[in-house]
Amino acid sequence: MIQLENVTKTYPKASRPSLDNVSVGIEKGEFVFFIGPSGSGKSTIIKLLLHEVAPTRGKVVVNAKDVTTLRSWKVPHFRRSIGCVFQDFRLLPNRTAYENVAFALEVIGKTKAVARRVVPEVLELVGLGGKEHRYPHELSGGEQQRVAVARAFVNRPLILLADEPTGNLDPDTSIEIMRLLDRINRTGTTVVMVTHDSNIVNQMRRRVIEIESGRIVRDQARGVYG
Amino acid sequence: MRVKYVLNEVLVGLWRNVTMTVAMIITMSVSLTMLGASVLMYMQVDQMKDFYYDKIEVSIFLAENADEGQKAAINQAIDSSPLVEKKTHETKEQAFERFKLLWKDSPDFVNAINAESLPESYRVQLKDPEKYGEFAKQIEGLPGIRQIIDQRTLLDKVFNIFNSIQLMSLVVAAVMAFAALLLVGNTIQVAAYSKRREVAVMKLVGASNWFIQAPFVLEAVVAGLIGAILGFVALFIGKVVLLDNKLQALTTILTPIPDGNVWLMLPLLAGVGALVSAVTAWVTLRFYLKV
Repeated sequence: MIQLENVTKTYPKASRPSLDNVSVGIEKGEFVFFIGPSGSGKSTIIKLLLHEVAPTRGKVVVNAKDVTTLRSWKVPHFRRSIGCVFQDFRLLPNRTAYENVAFALEVIGKTKAVARRVVPEVLELVGLGGKEHRYPHELSGGEQQRVAVARAFVNRPLILLADEPTGNLDPDTSIEIMRLLDRINRTGTTVVMVTHDSNIVNQMRRRVIEIESGRIVRDQARGVYG
Repeated sequence: MRVKYVLNEVLVGLWRNVTMTVAMIITMSVSLTMLGASVLMYMQVDQMKDFYYDKIEVSIFLAENADEGQKAAINQAIDSSPLVEKKTHETKEQAFERFKLLWKDSPDFVNAINAESLPESYRVQLKDPEKYGEFAKQIEGLPGIRQIIDQRTLLDKVFNIFNSIQLMSLVVAAVMAFAALLLVGNTIQVAAYSKRREVAVMKLVGASNWFIQAPFVLEAVVAGLIGAILGFVALFIGKVVLLDNKLQALTTILTPIPDGNVWLMLPLLAGVGALVSAVTAWVTLRFYLKV
């Protein structure tokens, strides 16, 4: 599903690479944590998988597509198979929960009729039934992140990338979001989550890949934060 | 629904920054007016050239003492030149008749002249008036010629004036167009900034590049089209007020500008305005959105 082969990424003007000769494979349906201190290079992995940045050396394969040689005009279509959730939610403040999710469908060419059928369904799934018409500022942080998850999942992506999704949430809310991601993972969606929330990693007992200074220092099938 | 979405975005975009939109439209319309005026002037000069060049002649005045042999040689040289379209011969008597007609209001002057004092001449129309130099070279060496006069040199002085006016309006058009481009670029940047969150989400969920860019590009195109229409109106009013009324005296020299030519400016200005705006917006987005 996801394949990194000897990937090195050096940002311009950086003294050392963010990722240094990293190789890792992730199977379909896996739930993987990338952990490590700030600046260790774990967010760079998300950016590589989204084709936001290109690797300096090495090969990145996602959904059997070689991202490194992907033509730039094909990137939008490629991204439709990937859902993405961030620490800062990235919701549109002037749109309701429903409209935020529907927006993601409409801008990729889905009709309003499709949105009317699919959006309430996915909002129900993330536990926001009855709050469809609230604006982001009328929702709690956890609820806002649920809207973001709904938006990422509404298109039924093969992969869900989560970049510190619990970074702005309190521990209880964080656990609820993790339950949600777990539920999405059980539908067969591959989940890749970058975090430094040790609590969550320890509770979930899933595959843990630890990165330090751009190198993989640990890859454990049912790991803890350590 | 996507069309409706895009159109709505365009209108909202134009309203959001209305002072900039107005500035953009005004510079665009001034630039396009100057461009239109310049093109009209170009067409006008072309048309006048056609009109006058059909009538201009090269006059070859013969010397007083030219003998029959020399005259025959000159006649022969003109007839055999491939550049000549038509040749007329004017004897001293014919020249005198014409002279009398020309100066019929001053009989004293006419009386002082007799046919003998006027030169005999050939009036030659060239197939291509521009080839005067070539033609002159062919015959100027022949004995018995006093002077060769090309009427075109007189006309060219007039056309030169037109050409420089035309060039000036082209320069003004170019300078204004440059200002308009900067304004379009700036407007698009402001628009892209105010919609940065939407753009970020669209990129994230995989909206196609054209879908992200279309509202911005169309915003510029709509402004360009409005500018073109205003420019056209200014041009039309300018034509009616200046040429048809204030400067009507000039129209005895100028051939009239056909309304058809003025109408032709509408698609031209609209096309140039829309295209230039679209390209500028698109290039700006390349740098600014990095989609």
